[in-house]
Amino acid sequence: MKRLSLALAAMMVLGLAATSFAGEIAVKGSTTVQPIMQKAVEAFMAQHKGVSISISASGSGDGAKALIDGSTPLAMMSREMKESEIKQAKEKGVNPKQIVIAYDCITPVVNSANPVKNLTMAQLKDIYTGKVTDWKEVGGAAGPISVISRDSSSGTFEYWGEHVLKKERVYARAQMQASNGAVAQVVSKQKGAIGYVGLAYAKAPGLKDLTVDGVAGSIATTLNGTYPVSRGLYLYTNGRAHRRRGQACRVHHVPRWPEDRRLRGLHPPQEPEVHCQEGQEVGYSPHP
Amino acid sequence: MHRRTKEALIKQVFLGTAITSLAVLALIMVFLFMEGMPTFSFVSVKGFLTGLDWYPTDEARPDYGILPLIGASGAVTALSSVLAIPLGVMSAVYLAEIANPRVRAVVKPVIEMLASLPSVVLGFFGMVVLAPFLQDFLGIPVGLNLFNAALMLAFMSVPTIASVSEDAIYAVPRELKEASLALGATHLETLVRVTIPAALSGIGTAVILGMSRAIGETMVVLMVAGGAAVLPDSLFGPVRPMPASIAAEMAEAPFRSNHYHALFAIAMVLFLVTLGFNVIADYISHKHRQVGSASL
Repeated sequence: MKRLSLALAAMMVLGLAATSFAGEIAVKGSTTVQPIMQKAVEAFMAQHKGVSISISASGSGDGAKALIDGSTPLAMMSREMKESEIKQAKEKGVNPKQIVIAYDCITPVVNSANPVKNLTMAQLKDIYTGKVTDWKEVGGAAGPISVISRDSSSGTFEYWGEHVLKKERVYARAQMQASNGAVAQVVSKQKGAIGYVGLAYAKAPGLKDLTVDGVAGSIATTLNGTYPVSRGLYLYTNGRAHRRRGQACRVHHVPRWPEDRRLRGLHPPQEPEVHCQEGQEVGYSPHP
Repeated sequence: MHRRTKEALIKQVFLGTAITSLAVLALIMVFLFMEGMPTFSFVSVKGFLTGLDWYPTDEARPDYGILPLIGASGAVTALSSVLAIPLGVMSAVYLAEIANPRVRAVVKPVIEMLASLPSVVLGFFGMVVLAPFLQDFLGIPVGLNLFNAALMLAFMSVPTIASVSEDAIYAVPRELKEASLALGATHLETLVRVTIPAALSGIGTAVILGMSRAIGETMVVLMVAGGAAVLPDSLFGPVRPMPASIAAEMAEAPFRSNHYHALFAIAMVLFLVTLGFNVIADYISHKHRQVGSASL
């Protein structure tokens, strides 16, 4: 009996000790930003042994909500925070601060067996709103178009809806997937599928990326603004981000996404060393 | 401690645990209704249950019609039941009546192991292996569809149905079977006309349990059913059952927003449907109840 109670006491102490782990951060949000964050976090944790950072990516909307609710100090988002989200955050005492970490272009992808090479913005809009349902209407082999989209928690989805669909509703028969990876996987397995992913995912096996209005998505065309569907990738924190967190990554603080595309390339070069390299490693455009 | 006090105390402890379970269920129900009822302040009940457009995040004109979701859940459950019930009941009959004890000792645990497969594993299998196979084999454009989801859900329901049915059939008293055989009936005739009708209440319960499992299953339909919120019009078209919608959208719905309340309203509908199933199961099991030695 004495040994049993001693063992129980020991287990309880161990169990309670586990909750006193110092320095744990949970980063939540966009699946597009996830590859960059993973590299940055690995580098950061290699330099700072006492900190444990976990990344949970399920969509920019989830990241925004987690920041507002306080369940994460750092939200990854592939779109800007909406006015309604900023208002909710302020009501809860959270002051969202935006940090641009990279630029990305959303690339439409089709199965590698599909002969189509280019689509105009108008054609993309018609496909995604359901006006065009057969590949022969846009220059491919006859067959039904299988429309793959992200679900509503995704920043990629919101951005696509605003800039390609011009705020019209997505076709009801579009198959909603939960992440960039899932879209890539589904498109690579269905011959008549079309989907849209961040640039880092467009080179997955089984996919073929399309040019939009004749412009191919790449680091160069994103930075000089010629690719029509490009956007920034953001981190949002509550208030001023502490300097210490940025040390290994040296994240560059930019207050506002410039409206005019041409200004994007003109940002004064300030060296986000590790971050810049990682962005390029993963396949995104480096923040200048 | 006095013996009588000890007895009374133990009775109270058991009563306490039973009440805890009831209380948890009641609290879940209350919470569900509390969070779901505000939905009907911004959408009418008729509009909610019969509306055809589910666009809750459209900022300009949000729409909260869940008929496609209800239709998808119904279709997926019906189809998976059509697949799972014959398979499950006939496996049960085989195990209880026809297999010799050595075969039974191997096959029964294997069927029950199928029940312990995590649903995400089945979803993954359906997404990565079954979907391309269906596309190539049947020549359909989309592999993530109603049929795929129904097939995976049938795999999940078969062990439940088989296990409970087998127990029900096994519990039929030997006197009934022996009397029938003594009067000259063959094994098959006994099975069909005596044993199975005697076990009907247990089999009915098993079937309803299997169907409840299928309608509430989330992970499989999230990964495999396709995700298109349209009324199911083809066996091989993508659909979006209710649990898949809730799982996909709950994480981003801001706390106590319209979207949040609408999702809870869907959960309410799901809860009421499952409750209905259980009531029916109870009714069937009482109606065909065998008085006497067959007691399942």
